Amino acid sequence: MNGKGELAVSRRGVIVGGTSAVALASLPATGQERVPAKAPAAIPVKFEVNGKPVELTLDTRTTLLDALREHLKLTGTKKGCDHGQCGACTVIVNGQRINSCLSLAVQHQGDKVKTIEGLGTPEKLHPMQAAFIKHDGYQCGYCTPGQICSAVAVLDEIRAGVPSHVQDDITARPSVNADELRERMSGNICRCGAYSNIAEAILETAGAKA
Amino acid sequence: MKSFTYERARTPAEAAASVAKIPGAKFLAGGTNLLDLMKLEIETPTHLVDVQDIGLDTIEDTAEGGLRIGALVSNTALASDKRVRRDYGVLSRAIVAGASGQLRNKATTAGNLLQRTRCSYFYDTNMACNKRQPGSGCAAIQGFSRQLAVIGTSDSCIATYPGDMAIALRVLDATIGTVKPDGATRTIPMADFHRLPGDTPQIDNVLERGELITHVDLPRPIGGQHFYKKVRDRASYAFALVSVAAVIQPDGKMRAAFGGMAPKPWRVEAAEAGLHEDRAAAMETIFAGARPTEENAFKIPLAQRALASVVAQTRS
Amino acid sequence: MEFNAPADTNLFDTAKVVGKSTPRIDGPLKTTGTAPYAYERHDVVANQAYGYILGAAIAKGRITAMDVSQALAAPGVITVVTSPDTDVPGKSSMNNARLFGGSEVTHYHQAIACVVAETFEQARAAASLIRTQYDREKGRFDFPALAPDAPLARGRGDKPDQARLGDFDGAFAAAPVKLDATYTTPDESHAMMEPHATIAAWEGDRLTLWTSNQMVAWGKKSMGEALGIDPENIRLDSPYIGGGFGGKLFIRADVLVAALAARAAKRPVKIALQRPLIANNTTHRHATIQRIRIGADKEGKITAIAHENWSGNLNGEDGENGTYQTPILYAGANRLTSNYIATLDLPEGNAMRAPGEAPGHLALEVAMDELAEKLGLDPIELRIRNEPKTVPATPEKQFSDRNLVRCLREGADRFGWSQRKAEPGTVRDGQWLVGMGVAAGYRGAPTMKSGARIRLDGSGKVIVETDMTDIGTGSYTIIAQTAAETMGVPLDRVQVTLGDSRFPASSGSGGQWGAASSTAGVYAACVNLRRAIGEKLGFNGDEAVFADSQIRAGDRVIDLAEAGTMSADGEITFGKFKREYDVGTYAAHFAEVAVNAYTGEARIRRMLAVCDAGRILNPLSARSQVIGAMVMAAGAALMEELVVDKRFGLFVNHDLAGYEVPVHADITQQDVLFLDTLDSVISPMKAKGVGELGICGPGAAIANAIFNATGVRVREYPITLDKYFERLPVIA
Repeated sequence: MNGKGELAVSRRGVIVGGTSAVALASLPATGQERVPAKAPAAIPVKFEVNGKPVELTLDTRTTLLDALREHLKLTGTKKGCDHGQCGACTVIVNGQRINSCLSLAVQHQGDKVKTIEGLGTPEKLHPMQAAFIKHDGYQCGYCTPGQICSAVAVLDEIRAGVPSHVQDDITARPSVNADELRERMSGNICRCGAYSNIAEAILETAGAKA
Repeated sequence: MKSFTYERARTPAEAAASVAKIPGAKFLAGGTNLLDLMKLEIETPTHLVDVQDIGLDTIEDTAEGGLRIGALVSNTALASDKRVRRDYGVLSRAIVAGASGQLRNKATTAGNLLQRTRCSYFYDTNMACNKRQPGSGCAAIQGFSRQLAVIGTSDSCIATYPGDMAIALRVLDATIGTVKPDGATRTIPMADFHRLPGDTPQIDNVLERGELITHVDLPRPIGGQHFYKKVRDRASYAFALVSVAAVIQPDGKMRAAFGGMAPKPWRVEAAEAGLHEDRAAAMETIFAGARPTEENAFKIPLAQRALASVVAQTRS
Repeated sequence: MEFNAPADTNLFDTAKVVGKSTPRIDGPLKTTGTAPYAYERHDVVANQAYGYILGAAIAKGRITAMDVSQALAAPGVITVVTSPDTDVPGKSSMNNARLFGGSEVTHYHQAIACVVAETFEQARAAASLIRTQYDREKGRFDFPALAPDAPLARGRGDKPDQARLGDFDGAFAAAPVKLDATYTTPDESHAMMEPHATIAAWEGDRLTLWTSNQMVAWGKKSMGEALGIDPENIRLDSPYIGGGFGGKLFIRADVLVAALAARAAKRPVKIALQRPLIANNTTHRHATIQRIRIGADKEGKITAIAHENWSGNLNGEDGENGTYQTPILYAGANRLTSNYIATLDLPEGNAMRAPGEAPGHLALEVAMDELAEKLGLDPIELRIRNEPKTVPATPEKQFSDRNLVRCLREGADRFGWSQRKAEPGTVRDGQWLVGMGVAAGYRGAPTMKSGARIRLDGSGKVIVETDMTDIGTGSYTIIAQTAAETMGVPLDRVQVTLGDSRFPASSGSGGQWGAASSTAGVYAACVNLRRAIGEKLGFNGDEAVFADSQIRAGDRVIDLAEAGTMSADGEITFGKFKREYDVGTYAAHFAEVAVNAYTGEARIRRMLAVCDAGRILNPLSARSQVIGAMVMAAGAALMEELVVDKRFGLFVNHDLAGYEVPVHADITQQDVLFLDTLDSVISPMKAKGVGELGICGPGAAIANAIFNATGVRVREYPITLDKYFERLPVIA
């Protein structure tokens, strides 16, 4: 960090501190001036959520996450960052886990979406949900649906032979062990820090020992 | 996010034509980087052409003994492919060292090549950034630059190319196949695909308006031991401070490309012969002309050590 | 109930439910996504509109003009509320930075406008159409440069925050072994997973706020102050909170602006702070500079200890006081602690998990390791040799209960400390250098008055209502356990409803006081209900035995259901006798860390915490609190840093890609051991919280392990590889 105070000049001589930053701050965010759109572009979207067909007419800008939370009121899927940096929005689409915040709803025409609500209910828990409770694999609960969706999909990925960063031999079939789970679950941040309990819950669900 | 219209193209040619025809149009593949940037209005397309239905999602053997990777093959599918894992291990390793499982399921081969920098000032629309807003200045050069490039930079931009997959493609001498709106195709070597910033840092690569990546070709396997060493602050789900994609032959000869160092995957073939004889001298050549900041000067010795770590693994 | 003397033997000493490992009663909701968090409460009020906050583009100055015409004309926009045009009558006495209202900008990303629209997408898009002109002023952004001239902070009773005992200077000068080292810790972000969020709805002059707040009663009072309305007209409801760590102790812009926007829009408005805004818009843990000097004799007895701390904040308000643990942890006749505060124009620094102690241990406990190295003593032995009999800085004060030496010894056994090589840099595992580190931990155990209401529904079910919050701490379950124990019913016959300001005010969640205080409050209310049942049915409620859903009073056996529908409020307050004691929690933290000899990448291999915190109400969730704190400590030690751009006065890396917190792969085996201690001075429960104890020390243990692994000492946190990899021992 340079400690030169509030005025800084780039090598090219353009003043980037002081007044130019003020000017920039008051400009539109991008250089392109555009006429504000008259009406939001709306588009019909059909997909399946937890086995049920849904039909919505959505602003093209609506993410899969907001379609679930705001339009279908399936609020189990969480918005932690809205930028693919935390994993709280993880859902399973056509069998694969994705960040629903970085996907437009209109990209999912005809897709099969599974959310935390589709895995189990308080009365009829999915084995992964039961294991999270048993091992206390959560605290505040906000990242939890994403962790659980991710965990269910991770076990499928390992079964399907998807390799990971922690494999010594990239050509080998991956196995279920704590290091593999920790690497594969790393896209799901838990700020409460329940990681080691989550790993135990997944291991138990997978039928493996810690 | 600015409002936009949306369509799904059915063929590569249709997609290319559509983007060429509509001002402000962009291709949408996985969307994992584009949507992130659209939410912040760093990207403001008026129209998105979704290419998920145009095919280009398989990995085929080529007549030359290599592989042709469709532009829309997901990162997960590419890293999982048995042929890739067997013959191009550095590529599988680079992919699984990047992002998260969720992102790799959605991110595509072409999209990954096109991902934009992660410079904090590029991401904050209140800050000066020549890449985001040409002519506004560069807040990074005298600002927070720890993650940013040390070589290939200019006075207007020190952004890093942030990806991992491309570093491996570079070391493998991959080529990129495209189709232009007029139907013409061309092949671009990885070495020539990403641009250095110069005075126009807003242009990341050599693609023309409406030009669509259709595939990436890998030449015949080159054997050797494959490594991708990614050095970062946390153990996963983080961009590289420095990464090394290396293929080392039994006689010690090697290829090495570096990530986290430059606005593009950084490889200097001319210096590679020296890497197994006098590594320090060869590394000096590879990073000759580097202009690091005080904050990121550590990357040059770190790159040397990262490569040393890889070489040590061949002995163990 | 006033708790005015140490607790005698009571029902918790023969407990059947309290103290037993119990899965959380809110688990089925949280794991199925059916626990409702603030932003997602579609059912509480109809016609909710979406608010989107615009943050200031400068760190200091004034807004000279704001053009909202394009935003107002954008599709779906209902209204735009701007700070210059909004008269916010008051300011909460608990906030430092002003949250909204007026033209003055005091920090980057301060809320300056809010667009209300029919949809989220419309509100977000319109917010970017607002054009703002600023008159920018020079700000004080360079804390390290300003620190040397910073004055002493104001301590208790507004006196300068400095304490001396004996003659530090003389004793330090005379000490045969001396350590003088300075440590720095960076600004840190709470980075809780749920963004600050609120739904606000007005009904006439009554305001309801479905929000995410750790301290419901404080929030209600603060909103009354800010809006200039009677707090009794405000209801806060905060049943589920997606993490707080201190960042949701006080009202923030989401709740105030939602209330203002809902009034302007004439309909309910919901707002969540967008992630890139949170680091600069809300609060953070302040950076510190800490100088520690310790003088010891050759046997390692400390004769002089000084801990001086510098931090900075907006308006010169409260900083981060890293010295808190130093008057308590180690003996030594000659002492000095000083706390200096610089005035900065960065965003507001405020409480984050164990404010003061968390960075304080990163300094003190590394200083102890460095002293042990100078003395050639084992660092555990050094700590044991300086175990005090009474509170070192205030020797007239007793410890209520202190078992630090047991923590250290039992931890050493469990961790295999005897395998540690005293000489650094001597253990290799392939490319990795491996080391072990230890640190002690202390965190105070305050209590706050806390109330609850206990109801019987006539079927023998017990319903607990209190404005207490569960921020992941496990409040739901320990409160249910306490009520089940006291009312003599199985756990599944207790229903707990939290976080609603219509219920009796509790301690809330903060400062590690929540578990001890809120359960004692529930106990007090249960005792009142037992007495009321006794009066109704004709027996002495204090003498009767409540068990198995029955009441045994003399010869009578009565089903609890026979008491019918009843309710009693109760509150625990804490008497002055506590002042004679230092009531604290203690821990020994251990870490094994591997450092790549080439690149300096540091990876934690295992961690252990041995905790002394009185009765552990629910060992399952208490353990989670501790491991979670250990994770956050690992982040502080190895990666977390809000980077200050000293030119523009902002935290640059203001999202979860730039501000790295630990991920799964960073955290391997974690082990926690609780000592079987009881503290009769804390509360009738004899139980103390552990949620902050867990972050006091593990970071230092990691730092000490890195030294033990490599022989390189880094005193500037976070310990990232660029600070030391070139000093690592060369390997062939």
